Order: sequence, then C-alpha cells, then structure tokens
Amino acid sequence: MGEKSNLKKRFTECRLFSGKLTKENVKNFFIDNMLYILLLAAIVGIQIYQPRFLSLSSVVNILSLSAANLPIALGIAGCIILTGTDLSAGRIVGLTACVAASLLQATGYANKMFPTLATLPIWTVFIIVIAIGAVIGFINGFCTAKFKLHPFIVTLATQLITYGVLLMYLMNGNNNGQSISGLDDKYTKFITGSLFKIGNTSVPNLILYSAVITAIMWFIWNKTAFGKNMFAVGSNPEAANVSGVNVNLTIILVFMLAGVMYGITGFIEAARIGSNTAATGLNYELDAIAACVIGGVSFVGGIGKIRGVITGVVLLRIIFVGLTFLGIDSNMQYVIKGLIILIACALDMRKYLVRK
Amino acid sequence: MSLSSEVLLEMRNVSKSFPSVKALDKVSFTLKKGSVHALMGENGAGKSTLMKCLFGIYSADEGEMFLEGRRVEFKSPKEALENGVAMVHQELNQALKRNVMDNMWLGRYPKVFGFITSEKTMYDGTKKIFDGMGIDIDPRKVMSEMSVAQRQMAEIAKAVSYDSKVIVLDEPTSSLSGSEVEQLFKIIADLKSKGCGIIYISHKMEEILRISDEITVMRDGKHIATSPASEMDMNKIIKLMVGRELTNRFPPRHVGAGEIALEVKGITSAHNSVTDVSFNVRRGEIVGISGLDGSGRTELLENIFGISERKSGNIYLHGKEVKNRNARESIKNGFALLTEERRATGIFGILDIMENTVISSIKEYRSSFIALDHGKMRADTDKMIEAMRIKTPNRKTKIRTLSGGNQQKVILGRWLLTEPEVLLLDEPTRGIDVGAKYEIYQLIIDLAKKGKAVIMVSSEMPELLGVCSRILVMSDGKMAGEVDADNTSQEEIMRLATSNI
Repeated sequence: MGEKSNLKKRFTECRLFSGKLTKENVKNFFIDNMLYILLLAAIVGIQIYQPRFLSLSSVVNILSLSAANLPIALGIAGCIILTGTDLSAGRIVGLTACVAASLLQATGYANKMFPTLATLPIWTVFIIVIAIGAVIGFINGFCTAKFKLHPFIVTLATQLITYGVLLMYLMNGNNNGQSISGLDDKYTKFITGSLFKIGNTSVPNLILYSAVITAIMWFIWNKTAFGKNMFAVGSNPEAANVSGVNVNLTIILVFMLAGVMYGITGFIEAARIGSNTAATGLNYELDAIAACVIGGVSFVGGIGKIRGVITGVVLLRIIFVGLTFLGIDSNMQYVIKGLIILIACALDMRKYLVRK
Repeated sequence: MSLSSEVLLEMRNVSKSFPSVKALDKVSFTLKKGSVHALMGENGAGKSTLMKCLFGIYSADEGEMFLEGRRVEFKSPKEALENGVAMVHQELNQALKRNVMDNMWLGRYPKVFGFITSEKTMYDGTKKIFDGMGIDIDPRKVMSEMSVAQRQMAEIAKAVSYDSKVIVLDEPTSSLSGSEVEQLFKIIADLKSKGCGIIYISHKMEEILRISDEITVMRDGKHIATSPASEMDMNKIIKLMVGRELTNRFPPRHVGAGEIALEVKGITSAHNSVTDVSFNVRRGEIVGISGLDGSGRTELLENIFGISERKSGNIYLHGKEVKNRNARESIKNGFALLTEERRATGIFGILDIMENTVISSIKEYRSSFIALDHGKMRADTDKMIEAMRIKTPNRKTKIRTLSGGNQQKVILGRWLLTEPEVLLLDEPTRGIDVGAKYEIYQLIIDLAKKGKAVIMVSSEMPELLGVCSRILVMSDGKMAGEVDADNTSQEEIMRLATSNI
C-alpha cells in the first residue's frame, strides 16, 4: 500500500497528471509528452518491421553514436541559451580531429604526416586539441561580447577561417591534403576499446567518456555561479549587467567551454572514424543545434536542460539509425530529418504557448 | 456628471479560471456612453484579466458581453479593434525600430492598387489625428527615439484612430509627468465629449478621483463595489480594495540621520544628460529625487552606479572615494540599484524566484571549490520571501508569473542580500497597487532605520513627500534645488522642476 501511494506521489510529481483525470488533463498530458509518445511509436513501428533494431548490439551502436555527438551538442546548447548559436562547431571538430589524428599516427605508418614525430602521450594530444577548441571559442566569445556582433555572424566567419586553417594543415609534411589514417593502436583502443561487455556486446569506452563529460556539464550548468550567470545572461542581459554579472566574461566563457566540447568531440571522432579528412565534422553543428532545439533548449534564451540535450541527441540518433534500418533511401532521409525537426519543435512550442 | 446614462458596454457574470486559480468570478461591469469608468483593485485582483477577456486575448469560461446592446464575443484583439474596442496596454507593444505612422497603421496599412502601401495617406492620417489631439510628434519619427510618454501618446492616438467607442487605458500615466498627464486628461475629456466610454485602470487615487465618473473596485477576482466617483473618497476606495482599513498611505517616517554616508561631487554624464550634480546623503536618511520625465533622474542613479559613462565628478562613501566604474565594482562598494524598468532591466522573467534572488550575490554561495551551496541559497530565498512577504506558491515559481509588487519585492530582496550601504531606488513603486506600495515604503523605511543611505527617484510627489526627509529637484540634467519634505508643497517642487526649461 505504502509502495503504491509512493508511486502515485511520484507519478503526480512528474506532473504527468497534475490533479484529476479530466479530459483537459489527459489532453495536456499528450501535448506535453507528444515527443516521447511519437518516439515510442516510432521505435515500436521500426521494431515490428525490423526486429533486429532493438537487439543489444544495435542499441549499443545507437548509444555509441549518440555519445560521440553529445559533447558538441552540450557545447552548442550553452551558446543557444545565450540566444546565440555556433556555426563554427563542426569545422572545429574537423580541425581538432585532424590535429589529434596527425599527432597520434602509428610510428611505422607510411603516409605519416610528421614522420619523425615520436608517439605522443594521449593526454598531451588531448590537451592540445582542447586548447585549440578553447582558443577558437575564445575568439567567438570575444567578438560576440566586445563588438556586440550576433554569434551567427561571428561563427559564420570563424567557420570559414577554421576550415581554411584545416585545409592548410592537411597540406603539412608528407600528407599533401590526403586523409589522415593509420592511427596509433593505443589511441584507437582508448576511444573505441571497451572495459566491459554486456552479454556478447562490448561497450565502447567513448560512451563512458561521454557520460563523464555530461555529468561535468550538468554540474557546471546547475551547481556553479558561472552556470547561474549563463542562464541569467540568456534570460535578460540588461538585468544581468545591473545585477553585477560580468556579462562579457560570461559570454566568452560559454563560447570557450563550447570550444572545449568541440575539441573533445574531435578527439573522440578522430579515433572513432579512423580516417580523417577535411570533411570530418562537416555539418555536425546542424545536427547538434537540431538536437538541442528538439530537446527544448530554446532560442528565446535562458531555457534549457542537460537532460533535454541528451534526449534530443538520442532521439535524433534513433531516428537516423531507424531510417537506415527501414532501408529508406538516403536522399529521402534528409527530407524526413528535416520534417522531424519541424514537427518536434512545433510540438515542443505547444508546451510554451499560453493555454487560453 | 456623465453626459448620458446610455449603456455602451456591459459585461455580465464573466468568469475565467486558470489551472491553479480562479481569476474572475462572475464579474459584471457596465460602461456608460461619454463617461470615464475607473477600474481599481490591487494587482492580481483581476482587472487585467477582465480586460483581456473583453479584448479577446483570453476567452471567458462563462458570461456574456454586450456592446451597445449587441451581444459580442471577440476572438482576437483585431476583432475587438474592428468593433470599436481598443486597449492601451501598460507595457507598450510597439515595433520600436519602426516609425510612428508605421505603428499607427500596423495591420491595416492604407493601400494603393490593393498592395502598395501609401506613405502619404499614412502620414496625413497620422498628422490629422495628432493635430486633433494636440500631440506634437513627427509621424516619421522612429519609436525608439521617443520618450515613453511620447510613445504612450502615440498608442492612445492609435486607439483613437480606430474610431473606438470603448477605450481601455491601463496605467496610462505611470510614465507621464506633470504636463503630460494634463495633456492626457484633456484628450480624455475630448473623447468623453465625443461619446466614447473610457475604462481607466490606475493605482493613482488622485487621478482616479479627479477624472472618473464611476468607480468599480475589484478584489480577488470578484466585483466588490461600483459607485459614482462623487460618492467615493480615497479611504473608502482603499478599504474596498484591500478589504481592510488602511488608515495611512504611508508608514511613519524615519527621522534621525547620522553622519554623511554618500557624497556626490560634480557628476556630469558623457552626454550631459546629467550636468554638474552634487549632493550628499546621510546614514539612515531617505532622500527623494523629483523632476520631470527626462530631467536626468534615472541617468543620475545609473551614473552613480556605473552603468552609464561618467565624464567627470567624484563619489565618496564614508569619506573615501569610490570609482564605481561598472555594476560589479559598485556592488562591491556597497551600492544597489533598483531600476526603473522592472521588466527590461530588473527581472529574469523565465527564471525562478531563487535564481532571481541570489544572482547579485551568487559568489557568496560558493561553498567548496566551485560548487554553489544550494541549501544556503534556498534558505536565504525563503527568508527573503518571508521577510518581504512575497506572495508566491514557492521559490520555484517563475518570477514573471508574479504581480508587479511581488516582483519588486524579489528584486529588493536580491539587493538586500548584497548588504548594501547605499540604495538607489528608481521608481520603486511604479505600477504597484496601494497595499503593496505601503509594504514597499515600510521596507524602505526599515532599511533607513538600519542606517542605510537611501536615494529614491519618483514621479509621484505625494510619495516623495510621504517617505523622504529631503527632496532634491532636478531640472534639465541639473540640480534645481533642495527642499525639506516637511516645509514644502507640490507646487514648490513643480516650480523647481520647471525652472531650467
């Protein structure tokens, strides 16, 4: 009995049904949770059509793809909370991925970019790529804060600059614009190897790393003064200024943190993909922005939750994988992806529209 | 007093519920032709909700509305406008980057050949309406370059331009001063004589008693009383509004100032909106700053607080010079600024009460390395909610859902947590109802009693006379004079306020 009432309490606390089971409440329940209901329906549908969809290996695959994309989405989410955006994200991922790969190529590899370079410790490279992300993020944040430019413009510019730098970097040494592969085994194992298995399926390490990064971001957003300031600046920069928040510094830090996240994504992607080219990271920012928006991070500013970003990333990934499972033509997949973003955001907005 | 007893608008038994609250409970309201009907009540009494139901912004759960005997139910503000019901909102919704005439004809641009907008028709039409109302604004002027008062006038002119029969004015004078209020009243008298009915929402008693023919008081979503204005007086209205006797509009004043706390010497702002202003404030003293809109009162406070650029001048706190180059430095030096525009520069609308309360002292809550002590934040917020008597379900409530008075209390609480020495309060009671105003006065006086130096800017002279011990009067960016609150009159202040114009 106690168990039951406890359950009921949790049920209401989740605001599934606030109050009685009236027609109105049921309607609101469906509106509020439509995203999840549709997702569930999609999963069930795909599963019926293609029973392998929910097999353990497929689920781990979805999780691992989500994990690879989570850091970049978490980074961009901060920019969106400031009513901004970041178009340079994908190219920063590309640059950092190529830098990481080039510094961690196996010693004997024929096309090594820096043939004389000894194998660097993984952590050194990790710190280098994070620093690269942070520097570009700093430029983004600085221009946004100091010159009062819209991040859309700033990051459009840095996107181009970063891409140019990436192309030049790929001309380095023996590489001559080729893709960078032949990665050091230790590096590949560090990312895609696994510490443990569920059944016969091994869980790649990058899922663990992504979980740790997500936990750190959750902490930063919710438990630090910087996090509170970020939401305050996103909600009302004028009021934040009067209240003594260092608005410019907050903006710069949010973009730097985002840059660090892109660096981490690049570091993970390089090893996951194995062969990195100038196209690595292309359009990643668009998937990340879509995931954020689907997860309820609002361009209005000051609104967003880590769990929303996770939901958005996973949801998008389930749909991408699901479409492949259904054998849908890849050209058509773009159309469907676009529609899903539209529908998901429209549904999400329904929640915020004043119920008259 | 009314020109006729013909009923223009009747609202019968209107009810409206929101998920957690019954905002209107069978409210009836009748507006006669050619009359001003004041709608009064504390914030949250249901005035705005009633008007939103009339205007089609909300749909009422029950009840009927009749316009000139015809049953109406507006689905949208546009429909209401087309039927001659216009509303001038307290928070102006204007396209600020566009000019006056664009705003005037928004949604109904006069067209040539059915698709080309006619600038000339727009200009002439606007000019004609402005001339008829005695408004002197260039129709081509961009909204954002105009004062709030001018924008308000433009909005009222827009309502007039629809040939509206019913015009709702929601706190129309909250940002007007002296002469502008007179101009507004002239316009209202003019509209009355043309047979318009005006619903006038305001917290200012003097105004209400002066211009209205009838007064309806609401409380907690219910209709409390309607009676001719001639049979009402201030105490009666207040009693009806708060449901209890409020013998005084102001708490007893605090006297007994200590040594000089703040000294301001020759402050001049970057664009000379404040010129060579000097004054001082003692510990435990409440000093008022009066002046017309645009006289530099707000700019002076912002300058002292360091959020607008200072060309010259010095600030001394307890004899030591402070620079106050930005808000952070000022806060560290013990200054606090309650801004004039609560919504634009005060609240973080979508954030909750706790976040709104702790934001200015957020660094004080660092417990360990970087983590914030949420327990302490919650405790302090609850303490503020209790001390300030903030009416809210809990600290997780989004601040934008609170009434103006409660929002103001939250912001005041935010500043108290920074433990300031000097409080700069810019229109601390704007748009706040009588009961809450009294509480805010009390809070301000309590602060003075604790030895804080308080500077309070207000457009409401009775308020300055009732709360402050000294009043500084500004005129055209300069300090026009200083008066002792006990030995002055509104006339003297007005004379000083217009001395440099």
